[in-house]
Amino acid sequence: MGGKPVIPNFGKGSSCVTGDHFFCWDWVHQHWNDTLGPALWQHVELTAIAVAIGFALAFPLALLAHRFRPLEQPIGVVSALVYTIPSLAAFQLLVPFTGITWTTVEIALVAYTLVILFPNIVTGLRSAPEEVIEAARGMGLTRRQVLTRVELPLAVPAIIAGLRIAVVSTVAIGTIAATLLPKGLGYPMLLALKEPTPFKTEIYSTGILAVALALACDAALVILRRALVPWARRSA
Amino acid sequence: MIADTASLHTFVQAFHFIADNPGVLLSKTGDQLELSGAALGIAAGIALPLGVILGHFHRFSGLAIGASIFGRGLPSLVLIGAFLTVLGIGFVNNMVALAVLGTGPILTTAYEAVDRADGDAVEAARGMGMTGAQILRRIELPLGVPLLFTGIRISAVTIVATAPIAAIAGGGGLGDIIVNQASYRLSGVIAASLCVMVLSAAVYSALYALQGTLTPRGLRRTTLDQAPLSRKEQQ
Repeated sequence: MGGKPVIPNFGKGSSCVTGDHFFCWDWVHQHWNDTLGPALWQHVELTAIAVAIGFALAFPLALLAHRFRPLEQPIGVVSALVYTIPSLAAFQLLVPFTGITWTTVEIALVAYTLVILFPNIVTGLRSAPEEVIEAARGMGLTRRQVLTRVELPLAVPAIIAGLRIAVVSTVAIGTIAATLLPKGLGYPMLLALKEPTPFKTEIYSTGILAVALALACDAALVILRRALVPWARRSA
Repeated sequence: MIADTASLHTFVQAFHFIADNPGVLLSKTGDQLELSGAALGIAAGIALPLGVILGHFHRFSGLAIGASIFGRGLPSLVLIGAFLTVLGIGFVNNMVALAVLGTGPILTTAYEAVDRADGDAVEAARGMGMTGAQILRRIELPLGVPLLFTGIRISAVTIVATAPIAAIAGGGGLGDIIVNQASYRLSGVIAASLCVMVLSAAVYSALYALQGTLTPRGLRRTTLDQAPLSRKEQQ
């Protein structure tokens, strides 16, 4: 995007835009390339990086907590504390350390994903029925084999459930990142809200894009789960 | 945009800010509590009865469980923006947006709390001749208290932690300081952020304590920490 925000131009534009009607397709069409498209793409990037790093951190931590049970509670308490940090504040709290940068935004988002993913992965690893593990041990599987061949596959549905929540929340919290950096779908929304009278089309179009992005990611993960664990299909 | 140098020193200044401006922070905290309380009241007023009734009849589980997932996907900023175009700038808009945000967790957990109440106990009660309403009031609700409160707690923390965003849409509260770095400088912004954190932690603990006193004695030791949603969301 860069430079000055172009939107909304009350001087020019169609009568729909100047009159701030309910929804102006022509505005969306006109500003897709300079505003909405880039914002959507930045949002995808923001979310993907946060969830990827969050998962990369949560997974080994969960394995560790699964192996050494006393670790679970302290990690859980820290997680609960992180979640009480308001998103708007989280981005600001990091500024003294990492400045007004992309890193600041990502650290905050990663923290939120971590908090969601960790308990879900641990719960998933615990979900293997005792008999199944006993049977595996009886067949002579080592501890590592029990983990990779029994516990992990059985944990996949829970892990994906966690990922769904994490992705959807990150898309949502990502919009708040715009209060710090002019990036993502939150930015056009903020600009539209700051107009003397809020510009409806821009609010609705960015809002719809954000919700659609969240739903699309969620659907993609559901499809992934069906592919990975076809046996766990709901009730049928 | 920032004049302050980036360092731990900013945090020290933030504490100075708190010490120097207790009045402003307190009144903004009051505003925020008022907004959050109103929103939580509406959310609970709608979601609790609905969730409990759906759970009692074991109907529409998809709706009840989907509500919290869908709720997470609705960005607070989008909600506030969308309602702003309808309700205009001000308290009502922010209250409604936050209430919508808080409805999901309460609805889902209220449903699960009642739906999952001990099947044997419910059977026994029915065998003793209790009516549906009696079963709900004497068996399902008391057994569901821990889970019910988990939902209210999640919702309360979500609302309190999200309320600062309302400042973007003229909401008042501590968010006014957070989004106005030009006047309050980074130290003020951080001071207000710390206040929000303390506030949400306080709300969380207060509800936790209340839950402890409302939980039937027999359940207290075992189920106070029931994990919400864990089972159903995995499916």
